[in-house]
Parts: sequence; structure tokens; C-alpha cells
Amino acid sequence: MYPIVRKKKLADKIYLMDVKAERVAKAALPGQFVIVKIDETGERIPLTICDYDASAGTVTIVIQAIGASTERMVELEEGEAFQDFVGPLGCASDLIYEDIEELKKKKIVFIAGGLGTAPVYPQVKWLHEHGVDCDVIMGARTKDLLIYVDEMKAVATNLYVTTDDGSYGFHGMGTNQLQELWDQGVRYDHCVAIGPMIMMKFVCKLTKELGIHTIVSMNPIMVDGTGMCGACRLMVGGEVKFACVDGPEFDGHLVDFDQAMKRQAQYKTEEGRALLRLQEGDTHHGGCGNCGGDR
Amino acid sequence: MDGMTRVPVREQEPQVRAANFEEVCLGYNEKEAMEEAARCLNCKNAQCMKGCPVSIDIPAFIAQVKEGNFEEAYQIISESSALPAVCGRVCPQESQCEGKCIRGIKGDPVAIGKLERFVADWAREHGIQPKKAEKMNGHKVAVIGSGPAGLTCAGDLAKLGYEVTIFEALHEAGGVLVYGIPEFRLPKKEVVAAEVENVRSLGVKIETNVVIGKSVTIDELMEKEGFEAVFIGSGAGLPRFMGIPGEQAMGVFSANEFLTRNNLMKAFREDYDTVIRTGQKVIVVGGGNVAMDAARTAKRLGAEVHIVYRRGEEELPARREEIHHAKEEGIIFDLLQNPVEILTTEDGWVKGCRIIKMELGEPDESGRRSPVEIPGSEYEMEADTVIMSLGTSPNPLISSTTKGLDINRRKCIVAEEETGATSKEGVYAGGDAVTGAATVILAMGAGKAAAQGIHEFLSGKNA
Repeated sequence: MYPIVRKKKLADKIYLMDVKAERVAKAALPGQFVIVKIDETGERIPLTICDYDASAGTVTIVIQAIGASTERMVELEEGEAFQDFVGPLGCASDLIYEDIEELKKKKIVFIAGGLGTAPVYPQVKWLHEHGVDCDVIMGARTKDLLIYVDEMKAVATNLYVTTDDGSYGFHGMGTNQLQELWDQGVRYDHCVAIGPMIMMKFVCKLTKELGIHTIVSMNPIMVDGTGMCGACRLMVGGEVKFACVDGPEFDGHLVDFDQAMKRQAQYKTEEGRALLRLQEGDTHHGGCGNCGGDR
Repeated sequence: MDGMTRVPVREQEPQVRAANFEEVCLGYNEKEAMEEAARCLNCKNAQCMKGCPVSIDIPAFIAQVKEGNFEEAYQIISESSALPAVCGRVCPQESQCEGKCIRGIKGDPVAIGKLERFVADWAREHGIQPKKAEKMNGHKVAVIGSGPAGLTCAGDLAKLGYEVTIFEALHEAGGVLVYGIPEFRLPKKEVVAAEVENVRSLGVKIETNVVIGKSVTIDELMEKEGFEAVFIGSGAGLPRFMGIPGEQAMGVFSANEFLTRNNLMKAFREDYDTVIRTGQKVIVVGGGNVAMDAARTAKRLGAEVHIVYRRGEEELPARREEIHHAKEEGIIFDLLQNPVEILTTEDGWVKGCRIIKMELGEPDESGRRSPVEIPGSEYEMEADTVIMSLGTSPNPLISSTTKGLDINRRKCIVAEEETGATSKEGVYAGGDAVTGAATVILAMGAGKAAAQGIHEFLSGKNA
């Protein structure tokens, strides 16, 4: 069992948790992910590692309640535990293997959207700790969904916060902010974009035009996370890649986002069903046209 | 009864079982087992044993069954096999022990597999466990993977007094026995969990959720955690795809994904969160045991299922029993056919396959007649789901993170057959990680050989 030692609400339905998992904490590097399973009947949920503390033996994850298993996961309190917590999985971010002096010469910008802000944080923090400057553009739909603003402020060289509805910071999306900075004469040669696939797609479209090399972190459907099932396959530069072992980070200009987004929807109705079953329990008797409960 | 025919084994009716996940074969009862055991000629030069990769003393255990001494029979089997209830169910006995049985020359061979299963089930129902080592020898060995190879190696080493820890990447021990082979062939809770428990009862520790190469490396296990030897039984690895157009469409799955969702994650049960989809019509591409498992699972989930295989009936690599069961359950075999394209709807879902018919050409260097496309024979078959069951290629997680571990051209770990020794001192390997996808019992045989290899290595080091 993997106990939750700290839980904090970040925004509506979004929670941060520090989980005791010594092997993972010791081996984790920025860019990697874990798979978490709440109990016997839960799904295996891949979550990007948001922070880790080898000496305390804890790993920080951020969970958004969006499906049957994640709804139940965010209900857990400090002192309660996940049955399974495996990792670190995937390859670490390429940045950490580069020469620090070379990195210092680069103009780096992170673009984080929604929950993607959480996995961006350890990378920015890592660079900050190694004396590398980088800017961060982070955004959410609205003010209440912004997470990690203060933490990010402490490690980013320049922080730009955006909201789609203008309720906080820059009114618009990360791409709009980047374009505006570019128009003002700010130049970047390396971009890391993490967030919803649709956001990463549009960031890549813009950075390609601007000629900024861009890395994205893909979060497709997965089962085992070790390369065994192939559920997470995606096309990168015309080749089939498995996000779990070849990624999760890829050259964003080579990823086929349209296909990846379609594949993401593969289990949507089924997931919806599992969620309905959870929310409505025994009171659900079909009729929703979705779950087959009336067939 | 003239001794030529074996005692028939009871099975669920095909129409009934095609709609449930209960075990197909119901096994012998005591009376049936004793009757079948009486058919054994107790040959002095027992051919059956030569066909057994783990060399069970088959005539000796059958002689005990004949007399009704089931506990003795169990202890004889468990001297050689850590997983008799599993082997009795999934071994290809027809090409191993039973294939060599003298009875089989004129009539049916003795039903060795069914007898082994009976003995193991009887022992479990009567709470009998294998005998533990009397004294620990103080040496620590790590075993990677809790599938058939790992469990066997760990069990054998524990019986010799080693302190063994198994590291399993998934959340449950059992490897392919848990994620791959379906419930209706191998019940998870009753059979697999019980056999894993037997291995634990020998003193073996099992640490789940540890991915070797990621959570910790082999070098770290040996240098920092005090393991003097390591056995790699990490299994087959990455699923293969065909590389045809449309393969990334929604509704195309690897057999590994389909089976893992159903078997490990129990998607077939309403009370589990993990989901699976089959639709009305499923095409399974491939003709091996895994293809049969995927097809029969899809059938039980309510679909019409077609197996599309590029060679003919004779060449199907699956066990005859599996093919027979699949046919009984209504799986449709479209043989000498091969998909050339997966057809998709505008929004990216599978709607069918374009399939070309094949004929068998001249034998190639391997002696097998290779399938050749018949020009102009293409047609379209509708389907909601396509499951690719084309085998696997090795997972590089371990080989790429272990210093000095050699792999071959097929990226399998190189290991000596007799001892399991690899190019790295103290590191042994066996099972699918070495051979590529094969059978449960061959993996067990390799685990057994490696346990002996490790024992010789560590006792030599000690002296």
C-alpha cells in the first residue's frame, strides 16, 4: 500500500497528493510518470510525476476527477492509501541529459495548459536549481482552475499567466501570449509544451511557424505502461511509437495530433458508463441511451 | 473398457460456456482419476518423462493416483513443478508427455495433463502445500518477473534454502498466467492465486509494482541491495502490428491490450472500472494460442468473431484443443486469408478489413509452405473491432539498462540453455525473454534449469 501523506485542493476537482513510494521517489526524474491504481477494482491511471523527494520517499501527483477511478481517487484523505503505485515510467526529459552550460545558452519557454502545469513544474524547478533561466507561460480556462501559480513564480525567470476568459492575467490562450511576446521581440529557441492534446497541437502549429524546436508530453490511454499492450501507440514522424516506453516526450512537430486525439476518445462512451454507474449507483436503470442498462 | 479409450473429461456445454467466463473444462473427480490412472502401463523406460520439460516423475505420481494416494501424488509432482494446477490446464501435453505415451500408439494416450490437474486441485482443496526448505542458506537471489519462469525458478531456489525476492512490474503476481490466459482456461483466483500462494509458502517474497530498469536496475540490486544472483524471467514484451494502412484507427487493439483489460483488469465484470469494447463483429488476426484466447474472450463478450489467418488449418500454431474449443463455441475460421488494409469511418473508427485470399506455395528453406497472395481475390469484411495477435518482440527495458548483458539479433537476451547463464556474471535468464514467445511449460523448464545454474554458481562461490 502507498499512503497519502499530504493532500491539497488546487482547484475544483483537482487535487495534489504526496504519496509515500520510496522506490519511485529514489529513481524519479523530471518528465517521467507513474501508474496509480486505487484498489482491486480500480483502473490503472497514468499520471505525470509533479515532484519527488528522495529523502522523504514521497512522490507528488496531481489528479483531476474525470472518470470513475479518478473520482474515487480524489476522495481519499491523508493517511489513506493507494493499493498500487508503480514507476517511474517512461523516459526522463531530454533537458536533464544536456550539458548545463549549453542549456544556459538556450532561450527556453515552457507552455503549460490546465493540469499540464503540474508536470511542467519539476522541469522548471530542476532548471532553476541548475542555474538555467527559463520563461513559463501557463494558463487555464478560468481563474478558479489555475494551479501552481505561486510555486511557478518562485522558479520561473518570467511567468506569464493566461486565462481563456480573462478572469486572471492575460486574456487569451498560451499561443496568443507567445505570439504577443514574439511580436514584442522576445525570442526563444526551445519550447516545452504540456497540456491537453488540442493545446499542444496549436502550440506546435505556432512554434513551427516561428521556428522554435518544441517538445510535447503525450498522455494517451495506457494499460500496463511498460510497453506490453500497445494502447498508447501514436505516430511520430511517420513511425509507430509507444508513449509509455519511447516517450512520453516527443518532438511536437513530428506528432500526429489529429490521430492521437481521436484515439484518446476511443473509450469515451465506456468511461462515461463507468462514471454514471459510480455516480448513480443502483439508482441508474438505463435510459441514458449510453450504458445499455435498459437493453 | 478395453483401456484403449481415455476416461472422458466433463466440460461445460459449448452454447452455455460461450456466454460465460467460467472454466470450460471441469476436470476429473476422484473415481474418474483413479480409473484413468489405471490405464498407465507404468513403463520402466518411461517415454512420457522425456517429453516433460520439467521432468516430472509421471509414472510414479500416476501409480499413487491409481491407489487413491493423492497427497503422495502431489508431493511427487511438486518436487519437479511449482505450478501443477496451471500446467495441467495449459501445457501442450499432446506434443509433450502424452505425445510420447506408449498407450497412444494404438489408442488414446493416458490423460496425464488431466491427472496432473486433478492432483493439484485435490491438494489445493485439501489445504496441502509443497514442503519448505528446512534451513535457509543465507544467500539472496532476485527474480525478475512472476510469470511461469520466475515462479518456477524462485520456488526451486527457495526449496534449496535461498532467500528469494520476486520483482513484478504489474500490480498482481502471475505474469502471463494473470494478464494473458483467460479465466475460462485458467481461473485466476482459485488456481493462479493459489499456486502463487504455494510459492510464497516456500518463503519467497513477492514485491509487486517494481519495474526493473525503471524503479531499480539489476546493477543496483546486485551492488546496493545485496542480491548475489539475479534471474530474468521478464517475458515476451512488445506486441507486433502488421504495418498496414488503418492500423492506428480506433477499434484496433493488440491481443495483449484486449486480454490484459479483460483478464488482469477484469473488464468483463461490471464491478471493475476498466472498460473494454468489442462491438458486434470482431476480426482476430493470427492463429496462435493467444489469437484463440482473444477470439473466445470476444465471443463471451457477445460478439460474432472471425479468426483471419494467412495459412491453412494444418498450420495453425495453436493447440488442437484450443482450436476445437473455439470452433465448438462458434468462432468462424477464415483461413488462407490476410488483411491488407483496415477500413475506417470518417471519424476514424474501424468499419472493416480489406482481405486478400492466399494459397500455399512451395516450401521455403524452413520446410514450411509459405502463403502467397492470390491476385484479384480481395474482398471486404465488416467489423467493429480488429485484434492483432501476431506475436511479440522483446522489451528492451532490462537489456538496455543492464551493463554487460548481451542480446542477439532478435533482441532476445542471450542465455545458455543448460544453466540459464547470461554474458553477465551472476545474471541468469530464461523463458520468453530469451526464446521469444513460447509456452508456459518451456518457460518453467528454463526457470528450473536456471535455478540449478544459480545454485551451482553460488555454492561454488561459497566453497
